[in-house]
Amino acid sequence: MFSLQDLEKKINSELTTKINTSKINHSQIFINIDSEDLIDVILFLKNNENTKFRQLIDITAVDYPQKDKRFKLVYMFLSHEYNSRLVLECLINEDEIVPTITKIYPASNWMEREVFDMYGIKFKDHPDLRRILTDYGFEGFPLRKDFPLTGHNEVRYSEDEKKVIYEPVKLEQNYRNFDYESPWEGTKYINKNTKDK
Amino acid sequence: MSKQTKTLNLNFGPQHPAAHGVLRLILELDGEVVEKADPHIGLLHRGTEKLIEHKTYSQAVPYFDRLDYVAPMNQEHAFALAIEKILKIEVPIRAQYIRVLFCEIGRILSHILNITTQALDVGALTPSLWGFEERETLMTFYERVSGSRLHANYFRAGGVHKDLPRGLENDISDFIKKFPKIIDDLETLLTDNRIFKQRNVDIGVVSKQDALDYSFSGVMLRGSNVAWDLRKSQPYDCYEQMEFNIPVGTNGDCYDRYLCRVEEMRESVKIIDQCIKNMPKGPIKTLDGKISPPPKKVLKESMEALIHHFKLFTEGYRVNKDEIYTAVEAPKGEFGVYLISDGSSKPYKCKIRAPGFSHLQAMDYLIKGHMLADVPAVLGSLDIVFGEIDR
Repeated sequence: MFSLQDLEKKINSELTTKINTSKINHSQIFINIDSEDLIDVILFLKNNENTKFRQLIDITAVDYPQKDKRFKLVYMFLSHEYNSRLVLECLINEDEIVPTITKIYPASNWMEREVFDMYGIKFKDHPDLRRILTDYGFEGFPLRKDFPLTGHNEVRYSEDEKKVIYEPVKLEQNYRNFDYESPWEGTKYINKNTKDK
Repeated sequence: MSKQTKTLNLNFGPQHPAAHGVLRLILELDGEVVEKADPHIGLLHRGTEKLIEHKTYSQAVPYFDRLDYVAPMNQEHAFALAIEKILKIEVPIRAQYIRVLFCEIGRILSHILNITTQALDVGALTPSLWGFEERETLMTFYERVSGSRLHANYFRAGGVHKDLPRGLENDISDFIKKFPKIIDDLETLLTDNRIFKQRNVDIGVVSKQDALDYSFSGVMLRGSNVAWDLRKSQPYDCYEQMEFNIPVGTNGDCYDRYLCRVEEMRESVKIIDQCIKNMPKGPIKTLDGKISPPPKKVLKESMEALIHHFKLFTEGYRVNKDEIYTAVEAPKGEFGVYLISDGSSKPYKCKIRAPGFSHLQAMDYLIKGHMLADVPAVLGSLDIVFGEIDR
């Protein structure tokens, strides 16, 4: 049985240049790679005798609108044999097309569809890249940070037309996002003064 | 003469009693044989993950009840664990026991619902009538401890909201004394029932390899003879101290999954029994005033407590910059929370990993070549709840 540190070392020595950074956090391995190495690294992680990450747990993305590379694509793996978890991350541009891993893990089909639906990230050669969770004919990518919480359209039953209709969102009161964040223990200048003394 | 064949497209759902919620299945049929199944999900999509990004950590907890609404506290558990690991909070032993106790009650709640509705889907009405009576009893335990039957909002980062009310432990232990008999009764209706077996044995068979490839977890994995349970392999809270077995199936069909669930209920009863017997006295949430609100009595006397209370319910506690994936063994499989905190009092990102999502994904693979009548049987054994799949 290997320790997590050994496993991290093994992965690092085998993949050397492909790995940008790696760390162990909360007893999971976090690896950061470039998107062009995605397929190679994932194939290695799945098939190598020392890693055997045979289960794909989830795929998701994180939106950082202020960064150069806007999205962080996150793959989570689980190895039953070694009872360890690995989080694979790669930074990608907004318009970058990422290769699909549906051939390697059939379970990634819907997960990639969800990432596409929520963030608008496209996957190359995906067999069936349709929206999955949002409504038929939905526009926009809801989990992007610039998508409003209230959405753009709302539905209601129209008594006149005798059917459900779509309308732009009308709010009686605008969505209010209060800034509660205030210093917990005194303001900065007080803290600074007391520390100096 | 040439034989002409034509496939028939059938729309199953979204409002169909055997669809276990709002599932729309587009089936391609050749006669009565299913050639292709295309599940359309998302009809219950409420944008939980987006909403959580706009709420403080404590305001986000109730959203977890609304995911898999038949076992609400198991979901809260994953979220609470994620925050605790980032903040490095020590959870008092009593709180751990209470949480495990209610997670196992949740497991029984979920399994009763699944077993009995699976039986209903293949034509047996009585089990659901019997089972739902027991669920009602279990939900009163939920109600007594949290104030509501379903949407408990009971687990907190650092413990639970309130201690058990007086007498609850006795009532739960009375219940679990009677409950194995009720499982026996349910089994007399189903386990050797000829019709139930005809409808379930060798239906929806999943091989070991496919179960891994399709990211199955929980009973779906154990039914295919993979002994994997997060409560054993990556124990959280006080599961390490509990003695229980992991039932596994051999054939990976609908019937084995049913048997696994029945056995898991018996194991849950064992765990609940151990929890009640060994539960120590003590605090039920962390005493750190920066994370858990002060008791009402102190609030009237202490200025500091008043400030803490005010800050916790306006700004909420802050969680330092970190990222984490935590998973628990929910009744339906591995339920995970991938949390990214940015140092503020709201999560930057909270991805919810629902077990049912990957199970339903395999619907096409499971049902191909089966008869139309097998669709509800397979769907029933997947144990899907749309609250968690659609999020």
